[in-house]
Amino acid sequence: MAEHAQDTGSRKLPRWTALIPVGMLAIVLGFFAIGLTKDPHALPTMMIDRPVPEFELEPLGHELPLLKFEDTKGEVALVNVFGSWCVSCVAEHPELMEISSSGTIAIYGVDWRDTAFEGRSWLERYGNPYKKVGLDADSKLAIDLGVSGAPESFVVDADGRIRYKHIGPITPEVWNETLLPLIREIEMGEQ
Amino acid sequence: MIGEAGLFCLILALTTALVQATIPMWGAYVRRPRLMAVADSAAIVQFVLLAIAFGCLVTAFAQSDFSLKVVAANSHTMKPLFYKVTAAWGQHEGSMLLWVLVLALFGAAVAVFGTNLPATFKARTLAIQGLIGVAFLAFIIFTSNPFARLNPAPFEGNGFNPLLQDPGLAFHPPMLYLGYVGFSIAYSFSVAALIEGRVDAAWARWVRPWVLASWCFLTIGITAGSLWAYYELGWGGWWFWDPVENASFMPWLIGTALLHSALVVERRHALVNWTLLLSILTFTLSLIGTFLVRSGVLTSVHAFAVDPARGVFILAMILLASGGALALYAVRSGAVKQGPPFAGVSREGGILANNLLLLCATAVVFLGTFYPLIIDALTHDKISVGPPYFDMTFAPLMLVVAAIMAVGPFLRWRSDSLRAASAPMRIPGVAAILIGSLVAIFGKSLPAGLGIGFATFVIIGLIVWLVKRTRLGQIPFARSVFLAAAFPRATWGFLSAHLGFAVVMIGATAMTAWQSETVSFMKIGDTISLSGYELSLNSATISNGPNYQAEQLVFAVSHHGHPDGSLETERRYYPERDSFTTEAGIRPGVFANLYVAYGESGRIDGYTVRFNHHPFAMWIWTGGFMIAGGGLFSLTDRRFRISAPHKIRADRGTPIQSEVA
Repeated sequence: MAEHAQDTGSRKLPRWTALIPVGMLAIVLGFFAIGLTKDPHALPTMMIDRPVPEFELEPLGHELPLLKFEDTKGEVALVNVFGSWCVSCVAEHPELMEISSSGTIAIYGVDWRDTAFEGRSWLERYGNPYKKVGLDADSKLAIDLGVSGAPESFVVDADGRIRYKHIGPITPEVWNETLLPLIREIEMGEQ
Repeated sequence: MIGEAGLFCLILALTTALVQATIPMWGAYVRRPRLMAVADSAAIVQFVLLAIAFGCLVTAFAQSDFSLKVVAANSHTMKPLFYKVTAAWGQHEGSMLLWVLVLALFGAAVAVFGTNLPATFKARTLAIQGLIGVAFLAFIIFTSNPFARLNPAPFEGNGFNPLLQDPGLAFHPPMLYLGYVGFSIAYSFSVAALIEGRVDAAWARWVRPWVLASWCFLTIGITAGSLWAYYELGWGGWWFWDPVENASFMPWLIGTALLHSALVVERRHALVNWTLLLSILTFTLSLIGTFLVRSGVLTSVHAFAVDPARGVFILAMILLASGGALALYAVRSGAVKQGPPFAGVSREGGILANNLLLLCATAVVFLGTFYPLIIDALTHDKISVGPPYFDMTFAPLMLVVAAIMAVGPFLRWRSDSLRAASAPMRIPGVAAILIGSLVAIFGKSLPAGLGIGFATFVIIGLIVWLVKRTRLGQIPFARSVFLAAAFPRATWGFLSAHLGFAVVMIGATAMTAWQSETVSFMKIGDTISLSGYELSLNSATISNGPNYQAEQLVFAVSHHGHPDGSLETERRYYPERDSFTTEAGIRPGVFANLYVAYGESGRIDGYTVRFNHHPFAMWIWTGGFMIAGGGLFSLTDRRFRISAPHKIRADRGTPIQSEVA
């Protein structure tokens, strides 16, 4: 009976099928190569120099004031999107604390896809670098800003226009080599 | 001084790897034994040099030598010695050094233990292993030198993240590397086999232990990582489908396929080309995982120290290593002699079907992981892919995998009939439908019913298999025990691993479907309740730890009104870094974990407490370790210790079939 069974194993695949794996690898590597030329930290150009959309966020707790659109106006500000679920945010946090204590720029926090309890506990655990912080549980502001992940930070000028977006943690290098010079430049322009 | 010694060893290791990659390959081509023998000594010397280099780095960390850049950036004199040492592989440069150390370790192991390999084959395998070593050592020396100096040296280092000071995290990366770097051996064996154009049962017998060992380490690494995320990150989650988690999970999935197809090559000499392809793909995914983590093409929660130059370098490596191997496969696979045919319904057919499903699962995870990158390249939109995608695509595939996994062991090699194969599945099938429906109805969740139903199918299937194999009830009990005792160890390994898979399924299903949570503001004496448990806040005390202050809450627990011990949760304040950590109070249980954590300090005379009930949570990690344990036990099987391959009877498993027929 076994002799008459259909012989899956013996049916020879056409020779060209051996080329499929290498072809697929070529496609994958092609995408990777394109991916490398792109800065995942770059903002889609459409957002640059646009005004920050109007918003009013939920407060995180009675002791932390809510964050509104008008708050960031009048000075160059850094709007930082974070969440208690985000490990990279923990990694960037010491740098934010540093920036905040240096007084260079006011940092506003958007607690994204989070609950007030989690966000508040998180800030207590790691410290609060934010001048004001609000909760964006259902991504209302995040969608308008085109946020793709956390942490993400926006440099907003005194008129409330987005001048720069940084995706990923703010490291000391990013701060010293990119953000700080940019902020200085914007401040010079405004004076 | 120690930095220079380390760098010097690295450079020597690179030159040794160059020798290892070239001379034995040439020696195998011209059939000169003395040239081929260079491979062994080069592999061992390369490993020793890298071990010294790694030792130098660990010593620099242990001594807090802040004149080294990586030490200054990632360590601190206040750290306990244990965490100073583990910090040596907690950053990019050090972890790449560990990567290449593990690579050299496997190369040296082949040189030492591979005495039964044919000389040309061994020389070629080690040469390819050497070639990978060359690429990675060049990568380290030119883009990520761990021994770079800092002048002037700072007085104090700046790394002190209390969250990362955890034994789980200390051993998680080495385990993962032992796993996915270990697959380099399967890759080298396959490329060498393609060059020689010869694959036989002996080849499978040589390669299987290496695949199995790597796969076990990877299983342990992934399980430990998941456990760490659960107890230390404090969100009560156990798997996040994060790109970096996926980077280690994809090699595991396809490595599982490889493990089984290599078994078919060993036993039946079928699926030869398929196995060669899987070996290459498994290591390719390890390399892609490395690329993913090190290049920063995707922003991940684990992203640290990303640099496009490193990405380009690793991409070039994938192009050469995988592109080269797959091109070789395209040219040479036709020349490899194929094994005997088998029917669609047969043990081979079952394994092939599950192989294809695992490949699909890998593709699904791959697509989900890289979809943001693909979309960005095509349309410039930035998107992210979340757990719902994976739940919708990955989970159903695993149900089918479970179904075939239950039937597979009953199938005969070569050819079987559906009717004969389905006969022993009646009891498991009825049990699965019964338990699955009960779970779906009383648990009020169809996915939970499906998940647990299929897991039951696997478990009862294994029991039926065991009963049939030992002829329990047909012959005297003592004879049955004797039959079971005579099982090869690999059989017990298979039982443990398959059972472990079902156990993980139950845990994952239950956690996803039924975990519950309550958050409440509590004062001393207040009580909250969840899932039949009441938790009342008894006391809050403040104490001092070695380098932190701790505030501890103690809760009395009662279950349906009966006192049931207590739970403690703690928050620690580290003054050096001005930061808090939460030590969640977890009471692990067979059927559910209780999990309590709190947020607010007593500023306003109370605490915000979060209380979770995690049904079957421990099953996830218990199952994971059962899978790994099964693999490790199989590794001690006699088959892997004897050198001369012996022919296995083609009709293994026939007794079962003859009984049911």
